[in-house]
Amino acid sequence: MLNFIISRTLQGLAVILAVLVITFGLLKLSPSSPFNGERNVTPEVRAAQNAYYGLDKPWPVQLWRHVSGFATFNYPPSYKLKGRNVGEIIAQAFPVSVAIGVPALLIALALGIPFGAMAALKPNTLEDRTATIASTLGICMPSLVLGPLVALIFGLKLKWFNVSGWFDADDWVLPAMTLGLIYSAYVARLMRGGLRETLAQDFIRTARAKGASEPAVVFCHALKLACLPLLNFLGPAAAGLLTGSFVVENVFQVPGLGQHFVSSATNGDHPLAMGTAAFYAMLIVAFNLLVDIVQAMLNPRIGLKT
Amino acid sequence: MKIWLVRITFLALFIAGVVWFDHVRSSRPSRAELATRDNILLLGNGTEVETLDAHLATGVPEHLVLSALFEGLAAPLPENPDGDGPGAAASWEHSADYSQWTFHLQPNGRWSDGKPLMARDFIYSFRRILSPKIASEYASMLYPLKHAQEFNEAKITDFAEVGAKAVDDLTLKLTLVGPTPYLPGMTKHYAWFPVPQHVIERFGEMTERDTKWTRTGNLVSNGPFRLKEWHFFHSITLERNPYYWDAKSVRLNGIVFFPIQSDNTEERAFRDGQLHATMSLPLPALPRYRNERPDVYHEDPNLGVYFYRVNVTSKQADGKPHPVSDKRVRRALALAIDRESIIRNIMRAGQKPALGFTPYPDSIGYKDAPGPMRFDPVEARRILAEAGYPDGKDFSAFEILINTNEAHRTIAEAIQEMWKKHLNIPVSIRNQDWGVYLDSQRRLDYTVSRAAWNGDYLDPSTFLNMFRTGDGNNETGWSNARYDELIKLATLEGDPEKRMAHFREAETILLDELPILPIYWYVRSTLRRPEVKGWKPSVIEMRCYKAISLEPATR
Amino acid sequence: MNPPANNSRISESPWQAAWRRLRRNRFAIGGATFIVVLMLVCWIAPGYSAYGQSQQDLNLQASPPSAAHWMGTDSLGRDIATRVLYGGRMSLLIGLAATAVALIIGVIFGGISGWIGGRLDAFLMRIVDVLYAFPFVVFVILLNVAVGEVVKNWIATSSGLSVKAANEWRSQAELLILFVAIGAVEWLTMARVVRGQVLALKKLEFITAARSCGARTPMILSRHLLPNVLGPVIIYASLTVPGVMLLEATLSFLGLGIQPPAASWGTLIADGAKEIESSPWMLIFPGTFFTCTLLALNFLGDGLRDALDPKSLQ
Repeated sequence: MLNFIISRTLQGLAVILAVLVITFGLLKLSPSSPFNGERNVTPEVRAAQNAYYGLDKPWPVQLWRHVSGFATFNYPPSYKLKGRNVGEIIAQAFPVSVAIGVPALLIALALGIPFGAMAALKPNTLEDRTATIASTLGICMPSLVLGPLVALIFGLKLKWFNVSGWFDADDWVLPAMTLGLIYSAYVARLMRGGLRETLAQDFIRTARAKGASEPAVVFCHALKLACLPLLNFLGPAAAGLLTGSFVVENVFQVPGLGQHFVSSATNGDHPLAMGTAAFYAMLIVAFNLLVDIVQAMLNPRIGLKT
Repeated sequence: MKIWLVRITFLALFIAGVVWFDHVRSSRPSRAELATRDNILLLGNGTEVETLDAHLATGVPEHLVLSALFEGLAAPLPENPDGDGPGAAASWEHSADYSQWTFHLQPNGRWSDGKPLMARDFIYSFRRILSPKIASEYASMLYPLKHAQEFNEAKITDFAEVGAKAVDDLTLKLTLVGPTPYLPGMTKHYAWFPVPQHVIERFGEMTERDTKWTRTGNLVSNGPFRLKEWHFFHSITLERNPYYWDAKSVRLNGIVFFPIQSDNTEERAFRDGQLHATMSLPLPALPRYRNERPDVYHEDPNLGVYFYRVNVTSKQADGKPHPVSDKRVRRALALAIDRESIIRNIMRAGQKPALGFTPYPDSIGYKDAPGPMRFDPVEARRILAEAGYPDGKDFSAFEILINTNEAHRTIAEAIQEMWKKHLNIPVSIRNQDWGVYLDSQRRLDYTVSRAAWNGDYLDPSTFLNMFRTGDGNNETGWSNARYDELIKLATLEGDPEKRMAHFREAETILLDELPILPIYWYVRSTLRRPEVKGWKPSVIEMRCYKAISLEPATR
Repeated sequence: MNPPANNSRISESPWQAAWRRLRRNRFAIGGATFIVVLMLVCWIAPGYSAYGQSQQDLNLQASPPSAAHWMGTDSLGRDIATRVLYGGRMSLLIGLAATAVALIIGVIFGGISGWIGGRLDAFLMRIVDVLYAFPFVVFVILLNVAVGEVVKNWIATSSGLSVKAANEWRSQAELLILFVAIGAVEWLTMARVVRGQVLALKKLEFITAARSCGARTPMILSRHLLPNVLGPVIIYASLTVPGVMLLEATLSFLGLGIQPPAASWGTLIADGAKEIESSPWMLIFPGTFFTCTLLALNFLGDGLRDALDPKSLQ
């Protein structure tokens, strides 16, 4: 177990390094310069800016500067948000995204698992169809539609919550609800699929044939295996939820991490784009490791292979 | 029977719970009402400010916060923010030809930490922003100062040669390159703001870009307000600056700026009572507010022009010059744009069709400006035929370059349709990310490109200088010797009447050659709660924050 | 849908049985019919519309549904019904093409990884991890901008193309880059799902049994593994199509998707969402088409799953 974790951590570091390098490469291919503004500056000023941030150096040197900066926790400054380094920007935004992402994940699971399981246990019934239609509606509801709708209904019409902003202790509710509803649809579908798949398998028939009661079959035997597809989805989904969503942050005016991903990529803010990508990569690696461990625990037939 | 009873009870409790929750939640006072009671102004402010270092800032959101924190030599007048009232300087005088200025600082001018504000602070600030090493984007705002440009371009290294001298603690003498009657107006721009040497150098060198001197607790300013809190990407809170020279006229206790990027979100926040005033208004909501809510809807002319650049050097794929390099073709394109229709149907506020390039010329003392732009499809077709493309025949297709934005896209689609309908010219639209778009424009990798320009100060030169040959913001490849000469003459002319005559002649050339197709002149549509008083319109978004007050509506 | 018959000795192959089971599922057949009809309508009907996709009537902007404009007009006075049909073409094309790309790469990649296992599995999964570790939208943005600019510059500089051809090529390239960029992120989850399933199945009794009976690997793969993997793959594919369409909408929101005046359901919905209060029909009609299509795809996906699963409840 310990060996497994150590070797996966080392692999994870390699993944993060690869992400840094690829992000840098893609950013360099893009013609956009981080210092472009509506108004042009003199070539002298442009040259001085490039010199200040080391952009006049060859690419490998720039890359090395960034990577060694991240490796030694000596974060490079953002090009765009002057006077702030990447570590600081992420450290400020991440807690906000967590405060929305964790409840959103809980909402998704609390809604998705029961509905998905119900649909799977009563296939092709009214309940099943209703759950399927509801979850499909959830899936095809883009957050850029659901967000404003939620804000209009619970913010402006009912006046239960602030329509946007990040002031009061309950301001996480609407963004978390928006994200949670969307993710719950995915959870329900995967749960239904996984459970039906499992229920059709031989060992369930064996259990049934042995005279095990239906709840016992479902809860003791099927549910564990049925969660596997869901688990595969939840790893990256959790990382995605915890790092925020650009659209939801935009609609609810939340100072989360999601907007930095998009704006740094479009602005060509190399250090911030690399930093956020590496941070996301770190979370993904961690969650995938977690998923693999849980998976092995649920189904001993899948070993802990590195 | 019993289960039935339990179910009913649960249902009743649940409904009661929802009703109670609804009652408690929906009767909360709005944030703006609470803030009005505390005399604090809540403002939507667009994107998050990138920095509060006046020498590194570049955008409008930064301008709006910085002008509450700092104060230049002149300051907006309470009754007319576009006028020049006493700021850090109590008074000033100039030589007859407007090229020598003497500013007398406020005798009780102080930084927000109590230290006196002296003439040498301004010298330090000018030296800082002009230092090549700090690479300030707006250093060129100070180029009217003699030798400032040479210093900024590292052609001279001794700052003593630059035309700014501290005669004594309270007297500042500025020597300019040429006559600049609008100089006091320029000093209201943040590039001219003083910055505190004693704070900056505590956190790093003068020319370091990334120090922490602008953070909460560190930043020291000289304006009516000072920084209290800065929650990154959430809010900037300012409080009254007790050391401000005119502290007794400041009416607000504080201002909170919220970076709300999406105009839809901002409009919802305003309706929810979270803001006193917005920065923008989404297009779809505009007619509703304009017609039904005159109490909160405000529409002010804005010194900005929306136009299309034409790359006069564009080539066809076969290497021959593209038709748009012919000025008759550009003329036809300009005549085929139905500006009224764009304003009436798309912009839907009171924008003005652009008659010429310089917007609202009368408001900046630029009388009788040329304004030949009009919509005349028949004439457009005739000129196009004259140029050799009757009914758009053999006209090579081209693209309108826009940066990604709903409104730009809608306008481009409308113009695409107009050129197709009136001239039968095939046009497509190409949108690019902001950064890529700027780069394409800079490299002249476009045929027609959407653009906009806002004036920095009240003088035609803020619009017309950019089309000089080789100017960084020309970006059309257009060059005209007579035009360059006229602009040069205007910068050296001391007599205001003659200056304007040079500008008129220059703009006439510009509008004849048409490397740009002017479309409309801006207005700024915003929402403001009725309890906000003393807020006066400005064409260049100057705000006199100290004159603004909050008076709760009497019931 | 008529899968090739297997060279089986039994009178009815599993695929034929599947087809028989599928035919009995009214929802699945309904879904399939809907999709086919929709495709035909989207391909044929716009040609008979009285309006063009980008034909504007600035005097009739944002007008509610009427006899002349069944679904109303948008903020430029364009007929929404026509745009919905053109948008349908684009969305179906993107949804199906990008999903096909994701499906092919994902199944092959995940299958190889899960079946062979060991070092190869670890190596392939690290590749997936690296790509996974990119924030979804950012990867597409960077790919779109970086690759897009490189390709477009290459087109622009390659001589011997007329302006018209170059423009044509450029817009084709833009669409292709969109497929590739979306496909490049969407196959990852598919690969993981397939791998997980193969790993789990590989060790189940019936595979071991088949192996001990002396069945060869290709036999095991085609007779036992493939049908068992297909279920989750089809479910996931039916999730990927809406996912792709949604991603395309998000990209349009960021201005990186379909270029105007062309439309997709994603761009129509993104535009409509902004006028949700002032002109709800701009959202409702494209939204309804979008939702119905996804529902149909889902029913079809479920039906296929039930039909292809040899042990599914009779």
